[in-house]
Amino acid sequence: MNKHATSNLKAEKIVGGVATDQRHDSAHKHVSGTAVYIDDMPEPAGTLHGCLGLSAAAHATITRMDLSAVRAASGVVDVLTAKDVPGENDISPTGRHDEPVLADGKVEFFGQPIFCVIAETREQARRATRLAKVEYKELPFVTDIGGLDPRKDKLVTPPLTLKRGDAAAAIKAAPRRLKGKMRVGGQEHFYLEGHIAMAVPGEDQDVTIYSSTQHPSEVQHMVSHALGIPSNAITVEIRRMGGGFGGKETQGNQFAALAAIAAKKHHRAVKIRPDRDDDMIATGKRHDFLVDYEVGFDDEGNILGVDFMFAARCGFSSDLSGPVTDRALFHCDNTYFWPAVHAQSAPLYTNTVSNTAFRGFGGPQGMVGAERVIDEVAFAVGKDPLEIRKKNFYGTSDRNITPYHQTVEDNIIQRIVTELEESACYARRRREISAFNANSRFVKRGLALTPVKFGISFTATHYNQAGALVHVYTDGSVHLNHGGTEMGQGLYLKVAQVVAEEFQIDLDQVKITATTTGKVPNTSATAASSGSDLNGMAAQNGARQIKDRLTDFAAEKYQVPRDQVLFLPNRVRIGNQEIAFADLVKQAYMARIQLSAAGFYKTPKIHWNRDKGEGRPFYYFAYGASCSEVSVDTLTGEYVVERTDILHETGRSLNRAIDLGQIEGGFIQGMGWLTTEELWWDDKGRLRTHAPSTYKIPLASDRPKIFNVTLADWPEASEPTIHRSKAVGEPPFPLGMSVLHALSDAVASVADHRICPRLDAPATPERVLMAIERLKGEAKA
Amino acid sequence: MAKIKIRNEIHFILNGRDVVLSSVAPDATLLDWLRLDRSLRGTKEGCAEGDCGACTVLVGKLSAAGLVYESVNACIRFLGSLDGAHVVTVEHLRGQPGQLHPVQQAMVDFHGSQCGFCTPGFVMSLYGLWMRSLEPSDAAIEKALQGNLCRCTGYEAIVRAAHAISSYGKAAKDPLAAERKAITARLEALRDGARVEIGSAEARLIVPANVDDFANVLEQEPGATIVAGSTDVGLWVTKHMRDISPAVFIGNLDGLCTIAEDKGVISIGAGVTYTEAFSTLSKRIPALGPLFDRIGGEQVRNMGTIGGNIANGSPIGDTPPPLIALGARLTLRKGKKRRTIPLETFFIAYGKQDRQPGEFVEAVHVPVPAKGEKFAVYKITKRRDEDITAALGAFLLTLAKDGTVADVRIAYGGMAATPKRASFVERALLGKPWTEETVETAMAQYARDFTPLTDMRASAEYRALAAKNLLLRFFVETSGTRAPFQVSRNEAA
Repeated sequence: MNKHATSNLKAEKIVGGVATDQRHDSAHKHVSGTAVYIDDMPEPAGTLHGCLGLSAAAHATITRMDLSAVRAASGVVDVLTAKDVPGENDISPTGRHDEPVLADGKVEFFGQPIFCVIAETREQARRATRLAKVEYKELPFVTDIGGLDPRKDKLVTPPLTLKRGDAAAAIKAAPRRLKGKMRVGGQEHFYLEGHIAMAVPGEDQDVTIYSSTQHPSEVQHMVSHALGIPSNAITVEIRRMGGGFGGKETQGNQFAALAAIAAKKHHRAVKIRPDRDDDMIATGKRHDFLVDYEVGFDDEGNILGVDFMFAARCGFSSDLSGPVTDRALFHCDNTYFWPAVHAQSAPLYTNTVSNTAFRGFGGPQGMVGAERVIDEVAFAVGKDPLEIRKKNFYGTSDRNITPYHQTVEDNIIQRIVTELEESACYARRRREISAFNANSRFVKRGLALTPVKFGISFTATHYNQAGALVHVYTDGSVHLNHGGTEMGQGLYLKVAQVVAEEFQIDLDQVKITATTTGKVPNTSATAASSGSDLNGMAAQNGARQIKDRLTDFAAEKYQVPRDQVLFLPNRVRIGNQEIAFADLVKQAYMARIQLSAAGFYKTPKIHWNRDKGEGRPFYYFAYGASCSEVSVDTLTGEYVVERTDILHETGRSLNRAIDLGQIEGGFIQGMGWLTTEELWWDDKGRLRTHAPSTYKIPLASDRPKIFNVTLADWPEASEPTIHRSKAVGEPPFPLGMSVLHALSDAVASVADHRICPRLDAPATPERVLMAIERLKGEAKA
Repeated sequence: MAKIKIRNEIHFILNGRDVVLSSVAPDATLLDWLRLDRSLRGTKEGCAEGDCGACTVLVGKLSAAGLVYESVNACIRFLGSLDGAHVVTVEHLRGQPGQLHPVQQAMVDFHGSQCGFCTPGFVMSLYGLWMRSLEPSDAAIEKALQGNLCRCTGYEAIVRAAHAISSYGKAAKDPLAAERKAITARLEALRDGARVEIGSAEARLIVPANVDDFANVLEQEPGATIVAGSTDVGLWVTKHMRDISPAVFIGNLDGLCTIAEDKGVISIGAGVTYTEAFSTLSKRIPALGPLFDRIGGEQVRNMGTIGGNIANGSPIGDTPPPLIALGARLTLRKGKKRRTIPLETFFIAYGKQDRQPGEFVEAVHVPVPAKGEKFAVYKITKRRDEDITAALGAFLLTLAKDGTVADVRIAYGGMAATPKRASFVERALLGKPWTEETVETAMAQYARDFTPLTDMRASAEYRALAAKNLLLRFFVETSGTRAPFQVSRNEAA
């Protein structure tokens, strides 16, 4: 029996509309192992497998590359090198032509792909890769930006300057001023499903690529360039990723391009799934930064002027480093009004893998810089950092202009922080911790409350568009497709809820389908937290077009005014009668009404002039705050997070259960970034933390012992977003800052809170212990 | 000696089915076999080194306690080691007809999955836990999940689900519980006392019939790769693509899996896993309990052996330093000949141990500290759990009646090319009153004992500083303070 026949035609509400807590659409498949990821798909007969050969030098010209043993190895069908790229040997996503698919004669980081073995099995491809004999003439290389001059050394893309007022004069005129430097580490995405692409050749120039990507359209374009064929010959499809976090925004291009090249060359399907270590070595990460800051302030801790330099390790090519470093500057204010500000970026070239998008996209690094400035001022004037934070918050009617001249119109940080301060019992615990520390020689407690304001929209304005495709079949069931990709964040579900709500049909009537460039073209990356804002609106638009046609049809057929056609749960009231949605659809079909629509949406109001550093790059802001307490062992630097309280807002949430998961997960990921996740290069320029045995993301046992997460129930989006909800992907990530600052607070206790600990990130036990030693030394001196 | 029967195939049960394999490469992993040969693709590869848990399956084996199911990492588990076992994958889980298993339903209802890639592994780890404990504590859940990485959820939802499993179904109705007798009988039927030999030349594997047979095999094949838990050798294959043929699998030799105490000395067979040793050791030498809880993740502890941890000679193995401090002795065997040496003399240099060709580690003998002896071991890592040691210090102290140090043994891992005694430090303490002043003087001696390295886990400076601070921590712990002397995950906040 067709399931829709069982839809409740008397229901007061549909099952699974917006603002309801729904389980992830694939949850039952996740838990039973039946959710299909690309490596789980049945392979076409004769599928070949690729393995990348990686550079063993950080910067060198290749003087000799002997691949004869590789070619002779068991099972090897082909070895691709740069000359096998039929089109352009470039996958630079921003068109800067600085990132070859395969290095051609010159390598610029340890681990850069230089050839690709194609073999009958993955095992054979991996084994053969090791037989290559490559000789290098080494060139000088730089992996760390510590010794570079952000004003003089080589950049991978033009820098940005933001300024409002005369920061230098304001700092000079301020009663007090100080300067300092902070190091903020990078981060490996550690999506549980590594990169993978499977290319299946078709007739003529056609090729279909199953790619674990957040950006199918870009994969399509890159493959088009690399193969030298038009985009219309290439279809890219992705049902789900096993995690993305930004790591699959551009980084899947390489694997897709090579799989496609080999597939077209050999007329066989080709799959490339790098081993975890190769994935971690050869694909980009979060940018690490050196932040130089100078701040002028008064004795009360009012900040009067700030000057920042955000220097970033970008790696050997630009990739997304331009927009990432831009976004760092866009967030160097966090929730604070800087009366006068000057902020510059320096996207520095290094001989490391090209860094890329990662949840927050530079924003968290900018915010960490802002919070360090707050800490410095608090220690300088001898006040609790929270007091300094509150003193310098953006106002609601004044003191509300950002360094990029956008007015903050929707500021709710005061209320968020006030409510959190209360629910987390900040003042009482501050006193208790002081008492505890006075009586505890070796274990010290620390407490911190940090706010978050995160700008929503792609700063590349043209990315803020989306398409959707909605079909209603004659049985009333709906097929939904849109340009957004599913990486676990529940986007497919949220958009399906929007469509169910629009048609007033139960959620199970809406079939979620894999993202494919063949259905919705020219899509933007599922990134910048924009997934449900953009695709939800596009799908709603598509559904509305069909609904409008159905309304017109019903009004005409039943001779009632249009406003007497009402879509009720699973049924439609037309005048005085109600008929099932499916029945109306059937009648419309018989009357030759089009039941398919392409929806479209573009974000209004936004604009950005990068040359001037002025505009409204963000449609709105999302807010939150977290409060963490830690215990630190002052003999070893080891620590535990005792408690974290979070108050975060997502406007009028489409699905609170999904949003809660994003907040909890975002916080833990942000905490990991700032605590145990450390990228470490050796003196040969080799990344040595390239597997979970050496790169440590948080475990269940790293969660705060007490973890109270609340989704504020009162805010709603100030702009007409999809059902007045707000983005949730990235904004919770910087909530992890409260752990860094709580650690800093505990460290500060060893010198009676008189010296700013200047604790850099990641605050590994080692950095914590070394900071403690330094403070003890300085306190004695 | 009776002639050993030879069998040229391995027998085990996969989910409900009997499996007989006559063609098995010594380095074939369970994960690849499940995914590629059996098209059971619910079990995922996340890292191929036993760290992420996406490949978690359960392996049931007959032991003294009956049929026991344990979570293992299929990515580094060799097919050859499964002779006589019951392999259970996520595809085998089911609830009442048409329903999910309670573990699965709890994960669904509590939003325990986001991207879903790690989820089958979490489900299997939680299933293993639920079989042992219907109402697990937070600490028990965290321990069971130490070997499972999730990058999406932040774990909170998964832990909530773990607490709720029992409200979704009764353990007695669980398929593995219901089938327990039948599976036990089927596994018993597989035990034919035969030696397994498969393959030839460059691709040979041997599963000896018993310990004596193992001794014989190794005398004949002194170059063989001995594989116990494969938590190390597994990576030789998956990461370094090393040839391990002929491989001799000893994980299921009853004679190596014994743990017994005699006259205050606990003898641990070389095949005893961390999990199997835990109850005895944590009871008799309580300081080892928290340490064992921080070795690998649950899956690694279910596979890895103390014997292997010693035999591979790693300078960052977690068991040698405490065992050296405790004065453990090691029995090595070659053919019928056995010799027993102080454990610390086994470690000669980096990558070099006192083991002859054809010889194997048979057992380690660990004296239980006498009443009044103080023993502690501290492990320092970047991440608290499932991390490899940056520095690990173990201390055994005997005080004389007058409060002076009558005897002290201090050993460290991560500080030198081998697990090593801190002899200068010990000397600075001997005969002195056990006071903070003495300890501070002794701390200066660390520089004479150790010149640690800088690597991705820690800098030389940090290792040196934290290592000597551990002596101070040991002093504080043994001097009866009531104030906290270290941070702890499990003490009340």
